[in-house]
Amino acid sequence: MNDANQSGHAIPWFTDFAEGPLWYVAATVFVFGVLWRIVGLLALGRGEDKSVPKQSGMAGGIKAILLHSVPHGGFFTHTAFHVIAGYMFHIGLFALLFFAAPHVDFLRERVLGFGWTPLPDWAFIVAAQISFAGLILLWVRRVADPVIRRLKDAHDYIGSGLTFLVMLTGCFALQESRPVLAGIHMFTVDIWLIYFPFSRLMHAFTFLFSRYYTGAFYGRRGVTP
Amino acid sequence: MSDTTAPQTSAAPVDVPSAVRVMLDQMGANIATWLDSCLHCGQCAQACHFHEVSRDPRHSPAYKLKPLVKAYKRHKSPFAKLRTTLGFPAQDVTADDLREWQELIYDTCTMCGRCTVVCPMGIDTASLVGLTRTAMVAAGLGPPDLLATADRSAEVGSPLGMTPDTLEDRIEWLADDYEVDIPLDKDKARVLLTVSSIEAMKYPQSIVAMARILNHAGEDWTFSTKGYEATNFGMLSGKSDVAAKMLGRIVNAAESVGAELVIIPECGHAYGALRWTGAKILGRALPFAVQHITEYLADAKAAGKLKLKPFAESITYHDPCQVSRRGGATQAPRDILAGFAQDFREMAPTGNANWCCGGGGGVAAIESATDLRLKVFGIKMDQVAETGADTMVSACANCRQSLDAGKEHFGWDKDIASLVEIVADHLDE
Repeated sequence: MNDANQSGHAIPWFTDFAEGPLWYVAATVFVFGVLWRIVGLLALGRGEDKSVPKQSGMAGGIKAILLHSVPHGGFFTHTAFHVIAGYMFHIGLFALLFFAAPHVDFLRERVLGFGWTPLPDWAFIVAAQISFAGLILLWVRRVADPVIRRLKDAHDYIGSGLTFLVMLTGCFALQESRPVLAGIHMFTVDIWLIYFPFSRLMHAFTFLFSRYYTGAFYGRRGVTP
Repeated sequence: MSDTTAPQTSAAPVDVPSAVRVMLDQMGANIATWLDSCLHCGQCAQACHFHEVSRDPRHSPAYKLKPLVKAYKRHKSPFAKLRTTLGFPAQDVTADDLREWQELIYDTCTMCGRCTVVCPMGIDTASLVGLTRTAMVAAGLGPPDLLATADRSAEVGSPLGMTPDTLEDRIEWLADDYEVDIPLDKDKARVLLTVSSIEAMKYPQSIVAMARILNHAGEDWTFSTKGYEATNFGMLSGKSDVAAKMLGRIVNAAESVGAELVIIPECGHAYGALRWTGAKILGRALPFAVQHITEYLADAKAAGKLKLKPFAESITYHDPCQVSRRGGATQAPRDILAGFAQDFREMAPTGNANWCCGGGGGVAAIESATDLRLKVFGIKMDQVAETGADTMVSACANCRQSLDAGKEHFGWDKDIASLVEIVADHLDE
């Protein structure tokens, strides 16, 4: 069942599969799925607004993209839990995604052809802990808040659950002590990538357009909401 | 798509296919992206005055979008056809959805836009609720009193029954009683002034105030019996045909007098209707400029055409949502008050983050929404109490009547006033 690599460790067929054929399928579904969804949305078009603008809609759109990244409008005291947990989760996730040493290696060797200085292991651990804590806090709120309980559907849990599994298996694989752990991590990544375009994980891209459209709408009116 | 077999919760038939068609017809890239982007984070509930007073999760803005989200996912999402082809289409909108959501779409949303400020994705819920209202009307739903108000405005020219003859009589009476020149149906004028029938019928002194100010500023202006009603209950109710008819009357009147500028009186949604959506609804650029009366006053003051005696009372300003947050005329009233009001105190929050009065978006005309609307007034009472001001000033007749109703209900001891009337009372002539 197992092959052997140069260092003598057993590499399960499963790891080969997750890093080989399944990875190519997942990457293809991800890229084409994301493009299909974004292009499909944008292609719906908007009618021309013939009202006389007070200010530039485009400038308003760009302002809204930036402004909605931070708490504003005096709501922070009411939304602090979500905002702080959200920042913890996302910042930790981005640090792991783009600065974990194995990821930098993977992106250099398999995707981009170039790399950058990765995080040291201790920083990886800190980032992972912050991100896990953020995600768990968001889950606590998701379960505890009556509004979110009313809004929720299965995809809220599937998306965040898959992300949790990707992060968890990534931590297990960090020391590269067992190739199968890397294979399990890669398998969860593949599933996550395949699920991504069809899910709410797409907000990683659609936030730009959603905020822009609103910012442009209000920007013409001289307002940055 | 038809849902005639769904359990009936009322006797009225619900035309689901027409509702869905209306939803899809208006679902451009911006609408679809907003519907695609909600993360169910629930932060919008923190911004909604109805949720603030009821704590009912159904009142969270994101929840109000559900019928529209269903229509999007079933029919318009980039993956809708794929899902249908593979045999697991998303759920469609049902008659029960529309019946249940009628209350949420009409009674518990003033389309104030405050939830957009707090939304991490910046979703413009107010626009989406407005769209859903047009679908409700297509389905044969909607609050009967609000829909009747819209129909009355189309039939007789005004939601409160102010016909052209009534306007003429009222202007004649006001001009005589208050000894002010109020031009009506001049052949040509630079400015066409419009009126909110709420003002004309409930606060007629506001017409006198506007006339005094325009005369003081040396303006060449007129009212017109061809188009005078600025309020647009067609837009508020979701009756698009009535909305276009009401706007068409003003545009025709403005064109016939050759107006360069149409002034919207103290009315929030009327400003948004003509200034920001008029061109879209009529399908052509408007051949004149549009200003809210506060914008006109601020410009006149800056140009030295408005000489004012100081105003000493302690006041605070309630931002009408459609004038400030969704209108962009947030600064104009503050420019008017600067140096004029000797004791002006800002509320917290204020400006584009200010709380709604609770009666906007036609909610003031919906009887079934009264209890909740009055509870919302409690937020405003608290805001004003924190400022310590004796008088709350606003620049929207619809806010004013909602606030007056709250004042009467609670026996509130503060005064509620119109900014334009205060300015008119302090003209230095």
